[in-house]
Amino acid sequence: MTATKTSLSAPTQLEVPTRAHVIRARKRKKAGLIAALTIGALFPALPVVWMLSSSFKPNGLIFEYPPRLITEGFSFDAYVAILTDPEKLRFFFNSYFIAGSVTILTLFVAVLAAYAFSRYEFKGKRIINVVVISVQAVPPITLLIPYFGLVVVLGLYNTYPGLILTYMVFTLPYAIIMMTGYFNTLPRELDEAVKVDGGSPWTALWRVLVPISVPGMVSVGVYTFMIAWNEYLFALTLTRTNDMRTVPIGIQLLMGQHAYDWNQMMAMSVLGCIPVLILFLFFQRYFIGGMTAGAVKA
Amino acid sequence: MTHPPETTEATAAAPLATAPASAGSGDGGTGDEAGPTRGRWRGRRSYRGTVAPYGFLTPTFVLLLVLMVTPIAMVIGYSFVDRVIINPNSDFVGFENYAQVLGDPVFFKAVSNTAIFAGASVIAHFVLGMGFALMLNSPMISNRLKAVYRAIYILPWLFTVAIVAVLWRMLLSPNGIVNFFVTELGFAEEEIAWLSDPSLALPAITFINIWAGYPFFMVSLLAGLQGISSELYEAARLDRAGPVKQFFNVTLPQLKPIIISMALLDFIWTTQQFALIWMTTGGGPIDATEMVSTYTYKLAFSTYDFAVASASAVIIFLLSMTLAFFYVRHQKSRD
Repeated sequence: MTATKTSLSAPTQLEVPTRAHVIRARKRKKAGLIAALTIGALFPALPVVWMLSSSFKPNGLIFEYPPRLITEGFSFDAYVAILTDPEKLRFFFNSYFIAGSVTILTLFVAVLAAYAFSRYEFKGKRIINVVVISVQAVPPITLLIPYFGLVVVLGLYNTYPGLILTYMVFTLPYAIIMMTGYFNTLPRELDEAVKVDGGSPWTALWRVLVPISVPGMVSVGVYTFMIAWNEYLFALTLTRTNDMRTVPIGIQLLMGQHAYDWNQMMAMSVLGCIPVLILFLFFQRYFIGGMTAGAVKA
Repeated sequence: MTHPPETTEATAAAPLATAPASAGSGDGGTGDEAGPTRGRWRGRRSYRGTVAPYGFLTPTFVLLLVLMVTPIAMVIGYSFVDRVIINPNSDFVGFENYAQVLGDPVFFKAVSNTAIFAGASVIAHFVLGMGFALMLNSPMISNRLKAVYRAIYILPWLFTVAIVAVLWRMLLSPNGIVNFFVTELGFAEEEIAWLSDPSLALPAITFINIWAGYPFFMVSLLAGLQGISSELYEAARLDRAGPVKQFFNVTLPQLKPIIISMALLDFIWTTQQFALIWMTTGGGPIDATEMVSTYTYKLAFSTYDFAVASASAVIIFLLSMTLAFFYVRHQKSRD
């Protein structure tokens, strides 16, 4: 405090020692910050490191005392066991297929809805908007009981369409909100030009708006895919046979099946987060803030 | 649905202000345009009176009607009858099912557990998220180093809740790695059964939920921090405000809208958390971690008492809608 004061009143006199002091203080601060960041990083990283380490261990050495990061029996056996088991591969196929379908269908429906929200004034717009926002807060458990009845009545119990339609209810509101936000950023003149030339709104949407909205659609798509990939409650309740189960349920099934094959569970967990990891690595540029913006504004 | 493990990367080069959903708002992306363009195009040709928007909204209407409105009507209907679903000739019983739920001490235990679980999670998510975001936002470290740390800090987000549950069951098992450290460092005499000790189970699953959920806050706050004008900090420095004062007088007030939104959303999602509890403790031991979600699920799919479960589901629905009301109102006030 005093140093700042004097340097302000007499800058020339104290310039040299002050600058040296500031540089030293900055270096100390930087070292402190890096130390704090490193210690903080242990919180998220340690469990993940242990998960990886366990996936390469023989099951008998998972809980060895004292614990070791790399044991003598280091192997890919757990991965091989999963990747050669048709039942477990089926979990992955189901998850990919369901999440992929949900993504495509959600994007299609959301783009249409977002176009209406972004480009039109119409009666009931505000109310529909509030409904779409509130739908996000409907507890899944509330819907579960009637869905169980509904899906059985519609003949969709233990089928792909049953899960796909179910997941769309949860992905759609968010997708609409994010897509509307994205369309709002695009100048109205773009699609109006088409209409002035006699094109229909439908043409304006698909020929003009959609092609330039690819970044927005990617971020909505990634988000949607991940919701569907991660869903647990409905996948558990609306399917019956193992050939319809998804990865989260598969991981849980492993838990009961062979008296805790921990190494296989960890290997399956690692494999289970690969799609998310890939989306993260390849598309991070697209959904920078897109999701948080959506969530924060939702 | 629950916390989506959104893999968001808030690169220094592209803060919220350039994000798709906010680029039109021009206020650093913290505020308006939650949904449609409210007022933005007013005064221009607005196609008022055409049926086109309803056409575009038809698939959404149909989906929401069949999969949202109808089920909610159904569950309300279920809650007023007797032995629904399993018995085709069920009778109207009025509020009997509600009386049964509200007269069940376990239900209140579940409500209080849910409140503790969600409240503690949200507070910890905020504190951790804010701390990490502030550190990651520091101009002192290089962008490359920042990217590395950011990737590490986001890690828990990459895991679906089923994976988180299994992983922590392994870590917290009596002869797991957590107990190794706890006993070796002398915090405990013997191994602790974190998830099966009635007094520790709730704190344990809350901790797991904190681990899994803070990146959501962190990324949002990081984006928010990058949206704060540096002029505000310069002005604060001219007023001789130290780092602490700057945090409380500039950072916090600037981030307040984001923080309130995130906290409300997080609270809503955490109260609805099912998978994590189901896969770690199953609501036990002796109801110690029973949540409203697990309580309702068990009524329906373990005891097949769908009618009473529906009453419980409706009560949860009403509680959630109350929270959603505050959320929507807050979002609107930011427009």
